Amino acid sequence: MVQDVGAKAVTPPERRRSLLRTLFGGIGLLRESTIGMVGFGLILFWVLVALFAPLIAPVSPTATLQPFAPPGTVTASGETLWLGADQLGRDVLSRVIYGSRTVLFYAPVATFCAYFIGCIFGLLAGYLGGWVDDLLNRIADIILAFPVLVLYVVIIVLIGPSGLNIILAVTFASAPGIMRIVRGLTLDLRNRDYIAAAQTSGASLPWILFAELLPNARGPLIVDACLRMGYVIITIGVLGFLGLGLPPPTPDWGSMVAESRAMITFAPWMAVVPAIAISSLVLGFNLLADGLREISLRD
Amino acid sequence: MRSRSDLFPDWSPDQPVLECEGVCVSYFTRAGEIPAVLDFDLKVMQGEAVGLVGESGCGKSTVAMAIMRYLGRNGGIPRGRVLYKGRDMAELTPEELRQLRGSEIAMIYQEPMASLNPSLTLGRQLMEVPLNHEKSVTEKEAYERSVQMLADVKLPDPERVMSAYPHQISGGQQQRVVIAMALLSQPSLLLLDEPTTALDVTVEAGIVDLIGEIAARFNTSMIYISHNLGLILETCDRISVMYSGVVVEEGSVEQVFDRMRHPYTRGLFDCIPLPGADKQARPLIPIGGQLPLPHQRPRGCYFGPRCDFFQAGRCDVPPIPMEPVTDQPGHRSRCIRWDEIDWDAPRQAAAVAETLDEGDVILRIDGLRKYYEVRDNSLAALVSGKRVRHVKANERISFDAREGQTVAIVGESGCGKSTFAKILMGLETASDGGVAFQGEDFADKPVQKRSADEVASMQMVFQNPFDTLNPSHTIGSQLGRVVRKFGDYKDRREVRQRVLELLDLVKLPREFARRRPRQLSGGQKQRVGIARAFAGNPKMVVADEPVSALDVSVAAAVTRLLTDIQRNHRTTLLFISHDLSLVRYLADRVVVMYLGHIVEQGTTDEVFSPPYHPYTEALLSAVPIADTSVEKKRIILEGQLPSVLDPPKGCPFHTRCHRKIGQVCETEVPPVIEDAAGHLIACHIPLGELREIAPVIAEKQVAAE
Amino acid sequence: MLIFIGKRLIYMLLTMFAISLILFLVMEINGEAVARRVLGPFTSAEQIQAWLQANGYLRPWYVRYVEWLGNVLSGDFGQSVRFRTPVADVLWPRLGNTAILAGATFAIMVPLALTLGVLAGMREGSRTDRSITVASVISTSIPEFASAVLLTVIFSTWLGWLPGTSAMSDGWNPVELVLPVMVLVLYGFGYIARMTRASMAEVMQQLYIRTAVLKGLPYREVILRHALRNAMIAPFTVIMLQINWLLSGVIVVEVAFAYKGFGSLILEAALNQDVYLLEAATLVAVLVAVSTQMLADIGYTLLNPRIRFK
Repeated sequence: MVQDVGAKAVTPPERRRSLLRTLFGGIGLLRESTIGMVGFGLILFWVLVALFAPLIAPVSPTATLQPFAPPGTVTASGETLWLGADQLGRDVLSRVIYGSRTVLFYAPVATFCAYFIGCIFGLLAGYLGGWVDDLLNRIADIILAFPVLVLYVVIIVLIGPSGLNIILAVTFASAPGIMRIVRGLTLDLRNRDYIAAAQTSGASLPWILFAELLPNARGPLIVDACLRMGYVIITIGVLGFLGLGLPPPTPDWGSMVAESRAMITFAPWMAVVPAIAISSLVLGFNLLADGLREISLRD
Repeated sequence: MRSRSDLFPDWSPDQPVLECEGVCVSYFTRAGEIPAVLDFDLKVMQGEAVGLVGESGCGKSTVAMAIMRYLGRNGGIPRGRVLYKGRDMAELTPEELRQLRGSEIAMIYQEPMASLNPSLTLGRQLMEVPLNHEKSVTEKEAYERSVQMLADVKLPDPERVMSAYPHQISGGQQQRVVIAMALLSQPSLLLLDEPTTALDVTVEAGIVDLIGEIAARFNTSMIYISHNLGLILETCDRISVMYSGVVVEEGSVEQVFDRMRHPYTRGLFDCIPLPGADKQARPLIPIGGQLPLPHQRPRGCYFGPRCDFFQAGRCDVPPIPMEPVTDQPGHRSRCIRWDEIDWDAPRQAAAVAETLDEGDVILRIDGLRKYYEVRDNSLAALVSGKRVRHVKANERISFDAREGQTVAIVGESGCGKSTFAKILMGLETASDGGVAFQGEDFADKPVQKRSADEVASMQMVFQNPFDTLNPSHTIGSQLGRVVRKFGDYKDRREVRQRVLELLDLVKLPREFARRRPRQLSGGQKQRVGIARAFAGNPKMVVADEPVSALDVSVAAAVTRLLTDIQRNHRTTLLFISHDLSLVRYLADRVVVMYLGHIVEQGTTDEVFSPPYHPYTEALLSAVPIADTSVEKKRIILEGQLPSVLDPPKGCPFHTRCHRKIGQVCETEVPPVIEDAAGHLIACHIPLGELREIAPVIAEKQVAAE
Repeated sequence: MLIFIGKRLIYMLLTMFAISLILFLVMEINGEAVARRVLGPFTSAEQIQAWLQANGYLRPWYVRYVEWLGNVLSGDFGQSVRFRTPVADVLWPRLGNTAILAGATFAIMVPLALTLGVLAGMREGSRTDRSITVASVISTSIPEFASAVLLTVIFSTWLGWLPGTSAMSDGWNPVELVLPVMVLVLYGFGYIARMTRASMAEVMQQLYIRTAVLKGLPYREVILRHALRNAMIAPFTVIMLQINWLLSGVIVVEVAFAYKGFGSLILEAALNQDVYLLEAATLVAVLVAVSTQMLADIGYTLLNPRIRFK
């Protein structure tokens, strides 16, 4: 109650809301965190690469040119293979560029689905409590009892590897964790006076859940979503690496590493380039999450 | 390790223990330097108690931290000196500073629970003090001294406390442990930072008593930081009043309380409700405006924009120095006009709200009970088979409220007043008994089952201003939602119009509709909360401690606003509070609760004068009063508040009652005796005896001058 | 306390029971699918029928489940299709290999992560803090398969210091463990370090640390006695949960380095549709995960006096 003046006494400048401004405002805020900016830059880089893949990629990702060409080779037809070629003679650079499309499509979609399910159940469990909470928690316990990758392996074996199934598996495996987080945040928020105020003015359940509770949980959720995106990207990569991912010839960073592992002693570029690509993208999301958390703690 | 006198070779007891000279404290943030305290002077002699008083954000706690040289990574003292026993604290080596802390200067904190390490036993935390400050002390000696000190601070069963963890004892006991910890090395200077703010008022009384005793016994100097002027009066010899980082007035307690020479000090006294006074005789006068933020202080006098005596061209020209008040030695004021203002002129008393004639009964509570089930999973419970226990949150509550009336429910934490509010609002249902509101039974009707009209006719103002509004929505949209819900306004323009009217009603600028809660101050948020409650023209408003988290000057204004609106709308107000002084100001009827029971109810005058229920009497005596002209009985309640899980049999108050008459109190539930029509007391003591008890608060016999 | 442990135990058994039931249902409810997986894709309908008859798959599922559960509890997981031996014969040695790998990883990762985390959290915002934080973010961002590739290229292809595979084909050789352990530690330590740092930083801001400092305790004492113990509560849970995560990590690492452990066994079972082996391996993995979860809960309660003495 009695708090003396400190750094926190500075009121934030008045900001008016419009979607665009919020977006730019968010990026503006991010400027205060170097790590956050670096992360944002990495993500932006890959998003642009994915968007303009056909314009950037020197050759088609499936064209076979010169097997095992080391980086910098100029082919007979005159193309420069900046990062070398793989065992089928496909340009590694072009494949990595197209591979970003795969990962930047499946990872956000899968994360979004997991969040959709996780938020609904988390809000219900946290707000209603009682048997709903018990039931949902028991189910979550069972799913979370599986080591994550074992769960993926079992699911993919049962339903077979495909793009849709990857999304399903990620949703199924991540939703319980998200539910737990949302539930925890809801438990904290549901005893606030403004929730009581909404209740005493006869607000409906969906209104309380989605208009009163969810917006106030968004800060930690955005940070978690960034971390989770990174994790989903890793998961998609790992599934590709283990041969449970997208069927070939889709350019996929994980399977690119897997295919070239045997040739690592004489053609290391084939594995190293996609390994660095996926690491940098994950790093981008992790740094962004850190930056966002840092900023949210400051205010 | 050197003995203490080595550290201070030149000091003798007739010199000040602590001297602050022009101390400035700043925090260095990304936005630049933010001065928190400016030009702070203070002199504390041995055995003297100095009070530091002010509203939140005035820099009083920062002063304590600056004296301790504990300002965190981004704090610093750019100008000024702090001399402790003649030595400049800035020149101490880190090792000397460490020796000083905890042995020479000790501190007592606002939140005892958070100030104790949760995973170490209290004994270990106490023993650390002698073990670290005196080389020759053995574990055994340290243990014995700690036990002795716990006994000195009047903790029952010190041995048990030594082996306990902080969460195993109550808040009042925790604070006693913190005090014991501070005293273990017999410090010369004790800093007390709001030591009783987090405690209930009857517990507070015990702690204040203890602090007074200690100061006398050890001849310790004290700096007592508080926002509560009444507490300062009870504990201190001298006082400094702070406002926005500067001391605006300092002097002896009598000088500042009775012959204040700064407009802010006077404003502060005018907004404090005094339980001895009547609202007609001494209305509350809020201070207009708001405390300036540290980086937005006005030029010249910081109080200028809120001051009635502001003169452009003089008050807004720096510097505004401290000036001695000529006829009073030791009294200084930071007001350049202190000599020109007529301090005895009567304040323009704002119109006193006339008492409304009583309307019909609108709410009738009849034998209401609320029990919660608690499952006990301990081994003992399993064996004895008492798995399910009941928390008796409300027990046989009966009273009426009439139209336009203000009924106050008073009690300390755990008395069941908030549970009662929840039942009224339909967030909980009653276990037994009736709640008749406008003839409708509300006892078993949760809010989901109430019609829109019923919901609109009973609304609530919440306690915590930082929690009452949803931070994600604008003020306008939050009010608009309630307006749409309760009114026939379907058209968007009509809704908007009504929202603006509501803002007018609570005296907030109309452009606030577009703001978000975080852009509002605590008082402003609370006003929006009031606007929301009155959006549907309710018949009754339940206000749960609506101003307890606000500073006095803001609280006075919000209280005034609330009661004005209520009178104008002839709304019934159920005012839940722990603050007896405030209740005396605004209530028509008072209901006193203890452990879920009503112990006394009646009109305000009846409850505030004998015959009292012994608990009411103790409660009244515990309230610190910032008035040098009254005298009150001191009644310190023994023991702790019993747990609601295991309430005492018979009279709920018998475990702490100072007037317990014997066995009957422990075994039988006391009868409800009627003193006058509607004045009910639940006590075994015969009415005749209760009537003979002297009033708790009385005018002092000897006139001051 | 005993009651609490008992409760956790019962709850754990219930979870295991539920999981075994679910696993059995999704794997074996359709007998024909099982037969097809065991006998191969080009089996005639008659052969399948005969197999179903011979192995009792024509009985209702609950009868089969009870029988299966009984067998599992007595250690009989059936015959592995791929290895043509009883499942238990492949499972346990492989599990032992993985235990060595995981044990070595933990022995290095936990002390490293805790030390770095405490150092970083002690003085929030300092240079040490910033460098440790950035290092741990980077390390958690590199997936195991990527770091396996990068480290192999550096230490095996370029420098030639370490063997690039860990198949142990010439007998047991600890040097072959270095790269897999390095990969697991690299990916895992960052998370624990960050959790420890956050916990430590939070504790350092608590009022009781202020009390300890203003009591005149030496800084060492404040850190060791007052801060560390409270700061270790959260990381403890995280470390126990890391075992669950490690079970995922070993799959990737063992595949990447051809290490004959439990992780590569699961993948082999999955890719070869080896139903019984996959069931057994999954159950074991879940059992390990659930029991560490239980230990984490109990340990958390023991470390935290606020819960211990309720």
